[in-house]
Amino acid sequence: MRPPSFSYQRLSSVAEAVQMLSSTDNAKVLAGGHSLIPALNQRLSQPGTIIDIGRLNELNGVSVTGSSKLMIGALTPHAVVAASNNVRRYCSALATACGQVGDPQVRNWGTLGGNLAHADPASDPPTVVLAAGGKLHTMGPNGERMIDAADFFQGLFTTALQPDEILTAVEIPIVADRKSAYAKLAHPASRYAVVGVAVFLNTENGSCTNASVAVGGATAKPTRSAAAEQALVGTALEDAALDAAAAALTNEIQGDAVGDIYAPSEYRAAMAGAMLKKAVRAAMV
Amino acid sequence: MTTRIFGSGIKRREDPRLITGQTRYTDDFQLPGMVYMVVVRSPHAHARITSIDISAAKASPGVVAVFTGQDVPLPGVPCAWLVPGSDLKTPAHPVLAKDTVRYVGDGVAIVIATNRYLAQDAADLVQVSYDVLPAVVNPEDATKDGAPLVHDDVPNNIAFRWVASSGDEGVDNAFNEAAASGVVVQERIVQQRLLPTAMEPRSAVAQWDQFAEELTVYSTSQNPHIARFILSALTGVPEHKLRVIAPEVGGGFGSKIPVYPDEALTAWASMKLGVPVKWTETRSENYQVTIHGRDHIEYVEMAATNEGKITGIRGKVYAGMGAYLSTAAPGIPTILHGLMYSGAYTIPNIRCESIGVMTNTAPVDAYRGAGRPEATFLVERLVDRLAAKLNMDPVELRRKNLIPPFENGHNVAIGLTYDSGNYEGALNKLLSIVDYDGFRREQAAARQQGRLLGIGVTTYSEICGLGPSQVAGAVGFQGGLWESAIVRVSPAGKVQAMIGASPHGQGEETTFAQIISDELGFPVEDIEIVHGDTDRTPMGWGSYGSRTTPVSGAALVLAARKVKEKARAMAAHLLEASVDDIDYADGKFMVRGSPDKFKTIQDATLMATLAWNLPAGMDPGMEASQFYDPPNFAYPFGAHAAIVEIDPETGTVALQRYVAVDDCGPQINPMIVEGQIHGGIVQGVGQALCEGVVYDENGQLLTGTMMDYAMPRADMFPTFELDSTVTPSPHHPIGVKGIGETGTIASTPTIYNAVMDALRPLGIEQIEMPLTAPRVWKAIQDARAKGGA
Amino acid sequence: MKVTVTVNGKRYERDIDPRMLLVHFLREELGLTGTNIGCDTSQCGACTVHLDGKSLKSCTCLAAQADGREVTTIEGLAQGDQLHPMQQAFWEKHGLQCGYCTPGMIMATTAFLKTNPHPTEEEIRHALEGNMCRCTGYQNIVAAVKTASERM
Repeated sequence: MRPPSFSYQRLSSVAEAVQMLSSTDNAKVLAGGHSLIPALNQRLSQPGTIIDIGRLNELNGVSVTGSSKLMIGALTPHAVVAASNNVRRYCSALATACGQVGDPQVRNWGTLGGNLAHADPASDPPTVVLAAGGKLHTMGPNGERMIDAADFFQGLFTTALQPDEILTAVEIPIVADRKSAYAKLAHPASRYAVVGVAVFLNTENGSCTNASVAVGGATAKPTRSAAAEQALVGTALEDAALDAAAAALTNEIQGDAVGDIYAPSEYRAAMAGAMLKKAVRAAMV
Repeated sequence: MTTRIFGSGIKRREDPRLITGQTRYTDDFQLPGMVYMVVVRSPHAHARITSIDISAAKASPGVVAVFTGQDVPLPGVPCAWLVPGSDLKTPAHPVLAKDTVRYVGDGVAIVIATNRYLAQDAADLVQVSYDVLPAVVNPEDATKDGAPLVHDDVPNNIAFRWVASSGDEGVDNAFNEAAASGVVVQERIVQQRLLPTAMEPRSAVAQWDQFAEELTVYSTSQNPHIARFILSALTGVPEHKLRVIAPEVGGGFGSKIPVYPDEALTAWASMKLGVPVKWTETRSENYQVTIHGRDHIEYVEMAATNEGKITGIRGKVYAGMGAYLSTAAPGIPTILHGLMYSGAYTIPNIRCESIGVMTNTAPVDAYRGAGRPEATFLVERLVDRLAAKLNMDPVELRRKNLIPPFENGHNVAIGLTYDSGNYEGALNKLLSIVDYDGFRREQAAARQQGRLLGIGVTTYSEICGLGPSQVAGAVGFQGGLWESAIVRVSPAGKVQAMIGASPHGQGEETTFAQIISDELGFPVEDIEIVHGDTDRTPMGWGSYGSRTTPVSGAALVLAARKVKEKARAMAAHLLEASVDDIDYADGKFMVRGSPDKFKTIQDATLMATLAWNLPAGMDPGMEASQFYDPPNFAYPFGAHAAIVEIDPETGTVALQRYVAVDDCGPQINPMIVEGQIHGGIVQGVGQALCEGVVYDENGQLLTGTMMDYAMPRADMFPTFELDSTVTPSPHHPIGVKGIGETGTIASTPTIYNAVMDALRPLGIEQIEMPLTAPRVWKAIQDARAKGGA
Repeated sequence: MKVTVTVNGKRYERDIDPRMLLVHFLREELGLTGTNIGCDTSQCGACTVHLDGKSLKSCTCLAAQADGREVTTIEGLAQGDQLHPMQQAFWEKHGLQCGYCTPGMIMATTAFLKTNPHPTEEEIRHALEGNMCRCTGYQNIVAAVKTASERM
């Protein structure tokens, strides 16, 4: 609760912010502040300069481009994402996940982009963006980039974002008739995910034709599960199929699952399976 | 006929200032010229300090001063509960470590600067070099040969060894007989450490007046008079020149009883620097250094006949004390714990051995319930184990052993005299609200479907209203336990009542006004309860151990009655009648038989204050002072039940119903009584389901923030179902008992036993608390692997 | 740096250290000490205020971020002597004991009722996710929010 000393700049355009970021040593970008300020309060982060992009309104909002893309500005608060009709319609798992970040106060001011750029492995939105096949739009001194979520999340608090780049938007592909859900087991103190599982499914005549599964919280970064996806595709998503997929997921991440004083790795791996079942059932309702 | 204000759930008089933000907690005080203190703390659990370099810190912007242990001449912080017959060692507790640090958070230096950010900047620049030593955190391991010594002068880290027994021979016989021809059940119970987590962190503001040589300390204290007593001894400022003010205090739960090094350092710094100094801990600091609760490792057993008659209970307790003996620490696992092993039951043979152990962890002291939740837990746990072993219904087993109803004293084998109780009455009421038999049928059906549904029922008696001073002396408490009150009526008929106790959320500004209103007939609005300031209130020992209403309240009642008798005499004089012929009702003194001839208490007060015409021998004024030393403790009791369902897939425990029937005697304000029970239940459920301190083997605190330490939240609970019975205390002037801790005392075993009941088909008998989802899940996995249902 | 913040309808201009948290700005620069601090990890909610009408933990916001914006604190909720219905309900339902979490609770729940005017008990309990109380067991807080929602 006593942040270290820094200088502060509030900028009025993305270009200005990128310029400032590339010309300043030890600078940190401040969006909603709900990842950075807690770190400052504990003096876990000691930036020389804070570049506040929180008021770049062009980065705030949800839109649908054509009929193929859901675009969410990086500065869109979690609460807005959670309540957005477009997000609910085209990517309900993301609405659910953003509705479970922190608590109401955090969701009012914490932003989707800030959350993704922070890449806390126990956070909810990264898992969904990964499973959705999302793309992250960035702006740097060399212009725009578009990074697949699969390449963006590189590890514990580590992303493909360069130090002089700003995350500007998240793009979620709109896939016809695709259903999705996110199921989470929350840590009783932090509310972060002990395990969170996102599923995206297509079915035809009651049979699963396509499945995308990602798990967060259980591993150092959100992870896709090919084994669980394979176990789901071609089934009628009946109980036995879900049990098999859950077992496949548990088995696949067992070696990489993390443990802590609350939940040992064994529990996280098992709960990934449990949350997978819950998510598939929720998606198919 | 007016409605009696006593017993009425009137709105609290404290609240208008609290719901509008128009009050002041300690950290809200801003004094002219005030500077801020930050304590530099050890990152190691056990280490020798080899050097401290404060030069960079001193040069940091805004810094006023930096001091280390070498600069601060204060004596160590004393321990105030010297349990006799226990070979007690009281290792020194310096306000700042000079050569050795003994837990993570031990203070090594203080930095004072013009604001708290700058003070923290400088604190980060204090360079301390350490030689790290091996640490010990587990109180049982700490007593083993070869364990690292926390203090060189405490062999085997054993600070004390205390035994209470109804007679060792009888206890041994009971267990031998039960082993031969009855049943014995045993358990090793870990009472995990808890963080009291009063929502307001501790804070102190000290102001030294160098001309008057007076020291004022605003402090987050539950007992400003004790704080003054100890701060006077530490600073050398005599008590009549030292004023301790506990302004609005944001909860305590025991953690604001002790005087810590931090408050003493704040006071000393103000005296040294001649300016007001403020210190406020952060929550992380609070979790490191403000006392923790519980921390027992217990080996307990119960003996019984095959018919389910309990014949004996005994326990050996390793009680972690942390790195230093905090103010009341030795009394908690001994007097307040071992003497409660009879619970609500007739148990002829009882023995408790408590071993107080030093470890490289934060000091442990009184946390809501303090010793009694631990005792109730083990008794209730053993009763349920016994029922399972005998294949009896746990409620039936309780019924067989409950102490029969009594109104005026019942001796239990361990030597206490309970004041009054009707345990079966509370239990019957509880079972009918719960529909116990109906639930058992529902449970049988649910078990057929593989659902894990369970109920826990607790019958308890506790000991509160601490307590007779003679007993305090006999058990080594270095203070009295009486309270005092002054009731003063102003000429215009308004009442000021000054009490030595120091409520901090319990609502006595309201309930005590109700008491006075009931005794004297003044409207509640005309009564002010003054507390929390040693200069404005008479001496008292403070608010803890559910003692404010039983003890301070009794002093107040008796002071009010003195005022009433004086007013009666004055009224008689004015009415030219004999005192014996004066009746009193609703604030009026009437001549018997002529109710139209009366004087109000206001009339009597005015005339007594003017003193133009007093009866012979009467002094002027309308004021009375009363000291009150209770003849016995108070023993509230009750019965609680919880119904839980466990999700076998995740191990999550869902609390479906919580029903409580409590008896604290007559209720002054039922709304406030219920509020106390609500909060108590949630704290106890917290221990059962989610709270627990974790240190690693090196003594690093792994649950050091609210991100890691799981506090109960609103969505864990259903709406509680509360009811009560009323059994007055025979020794209290208005029959009341305390209610501040019953919820915490009863709810932990209630929840625990409910979870074990739910898991019974799987053959699971024990899981270490807290019963988190991962732990319950693991127990289910293990049971299934062993072939459980 | 210079900031201008409108708090409870009054405009304040102050020269501050950029690192100053909004909660310290309110408490120490403006003397509005009704907003309390109960933790240092954005968990407890005691410091909840409204920023541009939405609930915010003021420990998780720099005063600089509030520049040019409107803040409402517990001191600004009542209209003169007229308590806000939520304050009144907390009083009547005994939704507080020590009072320390109360300003944050009241600010969080008044904001909540703007988004969900007629919540169920379960929704209320869920809405209190970001606010901790150690005294009341939440029972009467939930009752107070329910009562306020019925009156507003």
